[in-house]
Amino acid sequence: MDKETVSKIANLANIELDDSKVNEVVNNLEKILKLVDEMNSVDTSNLNPMSHPLNLKQELRDDIVLEPNQRELFQENSPNSHDGYYIVPKIID
Amino acid sequence: MENKTLTELTVELKSKKISSSELTKYYLEKIKKYDPRLNSFITLTEEFALKKASQIDTEISKGNFKPLSGIPIAQKDIFCTKGVRTTCGSKMLSNFISPYDATVIRKLNEAGTVMIGKTNMDEFAMGSSNETSYFGTVKNPWDLERVPGGSSGGSAACVSAGLAPCATGTDTGGSIRQPASLTGICGLKPTYGRVSRYGMIAFASSLDQAGVFAKTAEDCALLLTHMSGYDEQDSTSSRESVPNYLQECKAEFKGMKIGIPKEFLEGLDHDVHLIFDEAVKQLEKVNCKIVEISLKSSKLGVSAYQVVAPAECSSNLSRYDGVRFGHRTKDAENIIELYKKSRSEGFGDEVKRRILVGTYALSAGYYDAYYIKAQKIRSLISREFKEAFDKVDLIIGPTTPDVAFKLGEKLNDPIAMYLSDIFTVSTNLAGLPAISIPMGMKKNLPTGLQIIGGHFQESKLLSLAHEFQKMTDWHLQKPDNQKWI
Repeated sequence: MDKETVSKIANLANIELDDSKVNEVVNNLEKILKLVDEMNSVDTSNLNPMSHPLNLKQELRDDIVLEPNQRELFQENSPNSHDGYYIVPKIID
Repeated sequence: MENKTLTELTVELKSKKISSSELTKYYLEKIKKYDPRLNSFITLTEEFALKKASQIDTEISKGNFKPLSGIPIAQKDIFCTKGVRTTCGSKMLSNFISPYDATVIRKLNEAGTVMIGKTNMDEFAMGSSNETSYFGTVKNPWDLERVPGGSSGGSAACVSAGLAPCATGTDTGGSIRQPASLTGICGLKPTYGRVSRYGMIAFASSLDQAGVFAKTAEDCALLLTHMSGYDEQDSTSSRESVPNYLQECKAEFKGMKIGIPKEFLEGLDHDVHLIFDEAVKQLEKVNCKIVEISLKSSKLGVSAYQVVAPAECSSNLSRYDGVRFGHRTKDAENIIELYKKSRSEGFGDEVKRRILVGTYALSAGYYDAYYIKAQKIRSLISREFKEAFDKVDLIIGPTTPDVAFKLGEKLNDPIAMYLSDIFTVSTNLAGLPAISIPMGMKKNLPTGLQIIGGHFQESKLLSLAHEFQKMTDWHLQKPDNQKWI
């Protein structure tokens, strides 16, 4: 883990890091990865990865509308909306 | 009033010995008096509570009594509550008014409970000390210089201090059991899928599960009965039928075979070890056969958890972009800057750290080495539990390696903080139910006994917890609130 990797993943995650904090972040992530690397102490080549504790199958249902449209209600929480649209800075020049 | 169990309170409410309005006012007054020092609530819903209590009283006078009619409850601020601010302990959602109720909230409302407020928590449930909350640290009622645990620290502290008779919580790696242990109350994390996750703000979706805090195992059983069940809104909720947990936990106890994993006694504080040994002796008195077992891979639980949880969190928290809801920066010239600045201003350090770890673990070239490897460790841990439950009814151990730590003690050392969940994370990885109940005191600080069961064996673990509480009075001990006002 180094500064370059940290800024690359921060960029992927859309997070800005203060220059003053980058060293601390690198340091902490290194420690976390060291803890995580303890996983390599066991051989898992014969095991299947487990993504869900109960091995459930994805439930499907008929594709019918169940909920009413509540756009106005949901947009009350928007930091900036107008006429049903979300207002953001210009995307295309 | 606060020494009564929920069952006793419902009897008094039903017989009109007390009204829900009286009970609600009693707790609201206590919160106003003591909570300024404790900081266990983010939002107090006084007006809402008094109105609901008065409606319930009218219903009771007409003879309409629901299972939890008139019982005040504190809700963790991770559950969406219609028309009420739902912050998840974050600046990101500090102004978010939920347009709908979480299923847990709806079910508890329908059962007659009265929400008195939303409790403080670690930001987005990421933390074990309640120190990462945007709304300030919660204090442990047993010692105001110590943490209450986390992430459901506010819920645990308010029940422990008698500011609410019960509260909800969520548990992704120990966030109900660890604070229950450190504050001397009961905290139940049900089987994954037992309770709907709809409207519960997501952290790590394959681990998250809602549960409860109360003074007794009986009270936990009563609440669980009314929270559980399949929900169309959550396709990972289980269709397993919901028994009457209260009845089952009070049924005649005939003894059990109980396993103690030797790994759960390693790295344990000496005094906590002695307290645990005493608890085991109590269980032997009621026809419990104790055997040593081994959960060899549980030691790797924290490592696997620190991949799975951040990976899922980095995906779940990508929804906070400053566009549709949540914090938006005032200062962005283009859309990418809007995302970046809104997220950087809205999230605290621990949340950012986990998003970065998760993004790294899921990124090209590292996915197999981290995420797939962690899921394989998860299979291994799960298999060892399964093999153990072929031999024993339940597994026990201490909930935490030591009592509550001092505020600030582990805040700048993420690894030390993560390791405080060492005995709790494995059950989340395997999706198992577990409860923490008070088992004794070390220098006036509580310790917790963790009881773990197989999938959907909540009745069994509640039954053992109830039996233990019939023989001991640790769950009746209370912190001295008078000392801190």
